[in-house]
Amino acid sequence: MDLEAVIGLEVHAQLNTKTKIFCGCPTGFGSESNTQVCPVCTGMPGVLPVLNKEVLQKTILAGHALDCKIANYSVFDRKNYFYPDLPKAYQISQFDKPICIGGTVSIVADGNPRDIKLTRIHMEEDAGKNIHSSDISNPVSYVDYNRTGVPLMEIVSEPDMHSGEEAFQYLMNLRKILRYINVSDCNMEEGSFRCDVNISLRPRGESKLGEKVEVKNMNSFKAVKAAIEHEIKRQTIMIEDKERIKQETRLWNPDKSTTESMRSKEEAHDYRYFPDPDLAPISVTDEQIEAMRAELPELPIQKLIRFKDEYALSDLDAETLCSSRSLADYFEQVVSTGIDAKKAANWIANELLSFVENIEQMQNFKVTHEMMTELLQLIDSSVISGKIAKTVLGRMVETGNSPKKIVEDEGLTQVTDTGAIEAMVDEVLKANPEIVDEIKNGKDKAKGFLVGQVMKAAKGKANPQMVNKILAKKLS
Amino acid sequence: MSIDISTVERTAELSKLYLSEDEKKEFAGQLSDILEYVEKINTLDTSGVQPTDHIIPNVNVFREDEVGQSLTHDELKLNAPEFDRGHFVVPKIIE
Ligand SMILES: [Zn+2]
Repeated sequence: MDLEAVIGLEVHAQLNTKTKIFCGCPTGFGSESNTQVCPVCTGMPGVLPVLNKEVLQKTILAGHALDCKIANYSVFDRKNYFYPDLPKAYQISQFDKPICIGGTVSIVADGNPRDIKLTRIHMEEDAGKNIHSSDISNPVSYVDYNRTGVPLMEIVSEPDMHSGEEAFQYLMNLRKILRYINVSDCNMEEGSFRCDVNISLRPRGESKLGEKVEVKNMNSFKAVKAAIEHEIKRQTIMIEDKERIKQETRLWNPDKSTTESMRSKEEAHDYRYFPDPDLAPISVTDEQIEAMRAELPELPIQKLIRFKDEYALSDLDAETLCSSRSLADYFEQVVSTGIDAKKAANWIANELLSFVENIEQMQNFKVTHEMMTELLQLIDSSVISGKIAKTVLGRMVETGNSPKKIVEDEGLTQVTDTGAIEAMVDEVLKANPEIVDEIKNGKDKAKGFLVGQVMKAAKGKANPQMVNKILAKKLS
Repeated sequence: MSIDISTVERTAELSKLYLSEDEKKEFAGQLSDILEYVEKINTLDTSGVQPTDHIIPNVNVFREDEVGQSLTHDELKLNAPEFDRGHFVVPKIIE
């Protein structure tokens, strides 16, 4: 049977605000347990949650970036369930009146461009964290409420993807956009970007969806892709064996690269959503919505087109430079000083990036854009050769010193003195009479060897164009 | 609208309440009476009325993104049945 996978993703992205969604507790990662909690986020009786303005603004900005319709009227609801990481026994979320409706994420997967449709984006609060004791004589769980009330956007896609690769590209592009517009750090290790998968199979051409399985617990985009591919295989075998697929939640096991049933008591949830009487509804006018659209910075795809157009960069260099906003800004700061764009692109996208661990943190990188500019100016003014510049760049990364200082301290200035180069060329010619004979007998290729010898004698510091010229003159 | 025993059991389960057989019967009757009383509202024509999301006609109540005061472990302990090494302690959640 020809089967088709139907995949929808639910992404929880933490908004990078200073404080929680409904109280003034800080949101920093890695703090001591239960030090960022107050009566509001621990659900004490009689407290009043108030919406953080930044949460609304950042979510609307994300809605604009993802081409959603922003709702003029939006409401917070209570989603009721019992779990110790949820101190109020309900989560404040949005149900039937979310802030953003529809939207798209454009991707290219396996060579095919596609627009993946979104269902909605809504705002909600995160839950706390449980640690389960492994001591059998003391069967307890420990709860940390630092995360409780941290602001999240839940971004729900339509069941609009068909392969692990499409899901992977969707996540890559979504993350790139959210980082570009500075609404989320999207750091999977720190839990500020999480993804659950809904996946079902159906005969190709069938419009009805098959029984849906939810997969959780993936800690990287690669794991999401692997979990989808595994689940497609598992469900295909079940369908071929005429087994019924059960609607359930499964957990990805990264060690075994399989999904496993959660084995929880199959009590169907009934969240009994209702409008939260503690929170006033949100009302935004069309004018306000349009005003916020104007605040949207240049998006990755727009920047990519502009870079190719304005700087005549290759597809590959433009894509590398636009992969993060801070890297693209770094490049433009260098180019704004008058450095040739193609040269800057090559040095940044190829040489510099080989030293950079996290391009999202380019702005804090030891080699600032001023230092990079200075290095390229030293090449332009023939103070150092391109080859020496690579050495200097390595030293800049190690020491954080300016290229001028490194060149001076280590005596790396290029030799452009004709007399000095001529002397070195003469030495090399004298030491290699048989090569000179070969060249005179027409074996032109041997010249390269002599150039190499001169550069070696000059410890790489001779100007290569001058070496070539002087050598050619002496051999003619 | 009449509430049967299985609806009472489901409602109790969702609310983490444990009811005796007698209580289930008693509450089924009481809940049916309450719903019957409230059902009168369905006789009204509400076709031109907006649903009430909030009882106070108020929108856009916001706070600035400014850090406020969080509680100390000593303060938190006062409202926790058990608190150990910076954590709230609860009966083990999973087996
Ligand atoms: Zn708080």
